[in-house]
Amino acid sequence: MKTVKIRINGEMVSHPVDDRLSLADFVRDHCLLTGTHVGCEQGVCGACTLMLDGKPVRSCITLAVAAEGADVRTVEGYRDAPLMDALRIAFNRRHALQCGFCTPGMLATAHDILSRIDELDRERIRTELGGNFCRCTGYLPIIEAIEDVYAQRAPSAVSKPVVQAAE
Amino acid sequence: MKPAGFTYTRAATLEDALASVASSAAGRVIAGGQSLGPMLNLRVAEPKLLVDVSRLTEFRQASIEGDVLAIGAGVTHAQIEDGEIADVTRGLMRFVARGIAYRAVRNRGTIGGSIAHADPAADWLTTTIALDASIRLSGAAGQRKIKVSDFVRGPLDTAIGDGEIITHVLVPCLSTSACWGHAKYAKKLGDFAQSMAVAVVDPDRRLARIVLGQRAERPTLMRRTSELLAAQGRRPLSIAPRTAIESDLAEAQIDAGDWTMHRAILERAVQDLVA
Repeated sequence: MKTVKIRINGEMVSHPVDDRLSLADFVRDHCLLTGTHVGCEQGVCGACTLMLDGKPVRSCITLAVAAEGADVRTVEGYRDAPLMDALRIAFNRRHALQCGFCTPGMLATAHDILSRIDELDRERIRTELGGNFCRCTGYLPIIEAIEDVYAQRAPSAVSKPVVQAAE
Repeated sequence: MKPAGFTYTRAATLEDALASVASSAAGRVIAGGQSLGPMLNLRVAEPKLLVDVSRLTEFRQASIEGDVLAIGAGVTHAQIEDGEIADVTRGLMRFVARGIAYRAVRNRGTIGGSIAHADPAADWLTTTIALDASIRLSGAAGQRKIKVSDFVRGPLDTAIGDGEIITHVLVPCLSTSACWGHAKYAKKLGDFAQSMAVAVVDPDRRLARIVLGQRAERPTLMRRTSELLAAQGRRPLSIAPRTAIESDLAEAQIDAGDWTMHRAILERAVQDLVA
C-alpha cells in the first residue's frame, strides 16, 4: 500500500492504494468518479481515456501510483470549459451516443483532437478517433459532432466537407 | 482483469534505478507501461517488483553526440511525433511515430520501452534496425553499446543482461542526400502491423538497408534487396526488385500464406523510397 496524492478535477485527493491499482479504478472506486469507464482493460477500447497533465491517456494501463502528483481531469471535471460545452451540445444534437459507455473517452479524445490539431478534415478525425471503440453509433454521428465544433472554431472551414456531411 | 500483486518503486536517479533492478530477480523496469500494462492486467507478466524510470530527466531528452542523436529511452512516441526532439532521419521517425497505436498510447509509450519489450511487430524495432541504430545500456558493470539488430534475439527476447537498463537509443544523423521508404499493413488502424517494411538509403553514410517486420519473428534485414538499393544509390530503380525480394523472403523462410503480403509491403517500401 502507498498513499497516492493526485489532483483530480482541480481538487487534491489522497488515498492509500495497492501498488497494482490502475488509475481508472482509482478515480472510480476511490474518488467515486464513475464517468470514467473500464472496458477492455488492455488499452485497446479507449473507454477509460482521461486527461493526465493535459494529455489523453489510457487510465486502465496507467498505475495510480505512477500518477502521483499529476493533474488528472475526468469527464466530470469540465466546468467552465467552452470547448467541452460545445462538444457536449454537438454530441447531443448529432445523437453521437446511444448507450454512452464510450462517450467519456470519446469526449476526451475529441477535446484533444480539437485543441491539438490545427487543420482537420474527416479523414484526420477518423484516424485520430481510431483508438476509441463505439458499438452503438457506427461512428458517423461522433465524427459529425466533432466536425460541427471544428466548424464553429474555424469559420473558414464551414464550406469544407463539414457542411456536405450534415446533409 | 487486474494485475497480480507487485511492489512499485519510482527511481529518482539512474543509480537508484540500477540498484532497485539489481535487488530483485523478479523485477521489471517500467516506463510508459503501454505494453507491460496490458501484460500485467492479463497476468501474462507477473513481476514482483516494478521500477519506474519514466521520470528520470536524462531519459526524457535527446542530444547530438558526434554523428548520432542520443535519444533518451524515456522519450515518448508523441514527443517524436510532435518534433520535440531533433529530427535527424529526414522525417522518418516522426512519420513512424505518428503511426504507432493511438495518441493516448503515444503520450505514455516510450522508444526505449518499445525496444526493451521487443514485440516483433512494434514499429520502432523495424525502423531502428533499418536505420542501423544502436542502444546504450547501463548496468552494474558500467555502460555498453549494442546494435538493435544484435540486441533483439526474437519475439519478446533480447540480449539485455541482469540488472541492465536501456538509457539511450543512438540514431545515426542521416545526410541530406538520404531517402527512406515505408509501408505497413495492419488489420485495423493503430493495430500492430501484420507486415511492415522500412527502407533507408544514405549513400554518403554507405547505408542501404531494407528491413521486414512481422508478427512473430524478429525483424529481418533483406540482404539482397539492400545490396540492390546500395548499388542503385540515389538513382531510381530501373526494375522492380522482385527477384531480390523473393530471394530474401525465401531465405527468411516466410510462411506461404504471408508471402504475397510481405512481398507487396516490401515492394511498396521500395517504391516509396524512389518516389
